[in-house]
Amino acid sequence: MPHTLAEKILLAHSDVADLAPGDIVMVRCDLVMANDVSGPVAFRMMEKMGASTVFDPTKIVMVADHFAPAKDARSADLQRQLKEWSDRHGVTYYGQGRGGIEHTVLVEDGWIVPGTVIAGGDSHTCTYGALGAFGSGLGSTDIAACLVFGSFWQTVPATIEVTFTGAKRPFVTGKDLILAVIDAIGVGGGTNTVLEFVGPGAAALTIDERLAVANMAVEAGAETGLFPADEVTAAYLAGRTDRPWQPERSDPDASFARRVRIDLDGVPPLIALPHSPGNVVPVAEAAGRKIDQVYIGNCANGTMTDLRQAASILAGNRVHPDVRAIIVPASQKVYREALAEGLIDQFVAAGAIVSTPTCGACFGGHMGVLAAGERAVATTNRNFKGRMGSADAEVYLANAYVAAAAAVAGEIIDPSAVAEGVPA
Amino acid sequence: MILEGAAVVIRQDNVDTDVLYPGSYLNIADPEQMKPYLFEGLDPSLRDQLGGPTILVVGENFGTGSSREHVPHAMLAWGIRCVLGKSFARIFYRNCINLGLPAIVCPEAVEAAEPGVTVRIDTDTGAVQVGDATFRAAPLPPFMRDMLASGGLVDWARRRLAEAG
Repeated sequence: MPHTLAEKILLAHSDVADLAPGDIVMVRCDLVMANDVSGPVAFRMMEKMGASTVFDPTKIVMVADHFAPAKDARSADLQRQLKEWSDRHGVTYYGQGRGGIEHTVLVEDGWIVPGTVIAGGDSHTCTYGALGAFGSGLGSTDIAACLVFGSFWQTVPATIEVTFTGAKRPFVTGKDLILAVIDAIGVGGGTNTVLEFVGPGAAALTIDERLAVANMAVEAGAETGLFPADEVTAAYLAGRTDRPWQPERSDPDASFARRVRIDLDGVPPLIALPHSPGNVVPVAEAAGRKIDQVYIGNCANGTMTDLRQAASILAGNRVHPDVRAIIVPASQKVYREALAEGLIDQFVAAGAIVSTPTCGACFGGHMGVLAAGERAVATTNRNFKGRMGSADAEVYLANAYVAAAAAVAGEIIDPSAVAEGVPA
Repeated sequence: MILEGAAVVIRQDNVDTDVLYPGSYLNIADPEQMKPYLFEGLDPSLRDQLGGPTILVVGENFGTGSSREHVPHAMLAWGIRCVLGKSFARIFYRNCINLGLPAIVCPEAVEAAEPGVTVRIDTDTGAVQVGDATFRAAPLPPFMRDMLASGGLVDWARRRLAEAG
């Protein structure tokens, strides 16, 4: 029976002879991950299960990233619990100053390879689909069961094939591609399905841009989002991991729930208006709105690619006097690379704030939350009401060019108007 | 399993977990302490309807966004017996089932429910009674019925560990 890529991965990780969308199967994890928010709750549930040992300490990673560095005593205690538990069970722990944002760290450190299954205590675990891995975002009780048994229940999803044709226009990035997808199918359009990204426009994306695309599959309601592994994937993984993997893709005659085609020649820089990632319009339509803050970072768009895009706009410019520009490299590695390239100095000289890697203000935790009545342009993945602080603040989601241009202009603006001579 | 309670109705579609339980309170790990923040970004006055046995009635794609389990933990701590919706976002749905909080899909019953009306749900047959009217939800798959009957994933895991000796 022909299968989609998602079905092949799930079949290889379950004990059934065959499977089809709608079946409920137990899926084995190659990796289980949790953070300072989801981890401590999972540990409590694991105790309630009466379990004292984990299924395999070499397949478990804990990352302190949400409230790191600790914003208050309660957050500090969560991180202490995370570290103590990790030490007790002998699992890998990325503490403050040692890693960064979970999804970025796991990808850059070679934990993720194509065809594997990752259970993550964070909804953006779908980011791993950039490498052709099935990342499943789960709650803490699910994670507790994964820590104990190394498996989770899963209703086999159908697949929506998303084909990107054509070539990206100037100042268009992976962020715009996924915003275009969410615009096309809606924030609930991917429910009970996996998004599979194919076509020449997908093949042409770097891993950083694929991360940005896969990261927001959950914003379309999808179980996860997958890029079939190719030579770009292989080149990225070379020297980064010794885990074995095989390229895999959907069978040509596999059955898809739906096919969506997006012609990149027709996609301008996009922006999601408050308060939904589905409120997508061309940046030009939102131009002129004054802003108070720009936030460049998070698990979707805090990569070197994003920082270089921001730097290209900020070069020779200064952050507008009425704007706070907060730039958050997604990991210690990204931070150091940006230092070595001189980007950090450039950001600070332009009047931006550069923060240590953290989930920080993306989820309204700390390090740059918004006051009532304030408006921000962010490269993050969610702009729900109250997401970054006050319920009376507004968050606009866009790529790093658009965010940096807004920081310079003090208002939403087409980046081409700010960046004369910038090679996009 | 029969579940009965007074309807607490949230009509909007695509209600996200950020408004159901804002991120700044995620550093709380005890469900009792989560209670004061449930619905905080949506409509804090909804909490005035909680306390007794209640059924939460919701729209399309309810619980979209973050995987924060704080939402169903706080719902259970408030005595919500079941969530009856038009459709659910995947992680929220999983979290409910895993915590033993039935999440039932029945759009017609949602349309019929007014705040305060008595809702009665038979999770085995899928019968949903809203006041005097009866609707039919798709019955849950046997795996999920088992999970709910044993009180959720924690007890399911306890049983599995006990069987393994």
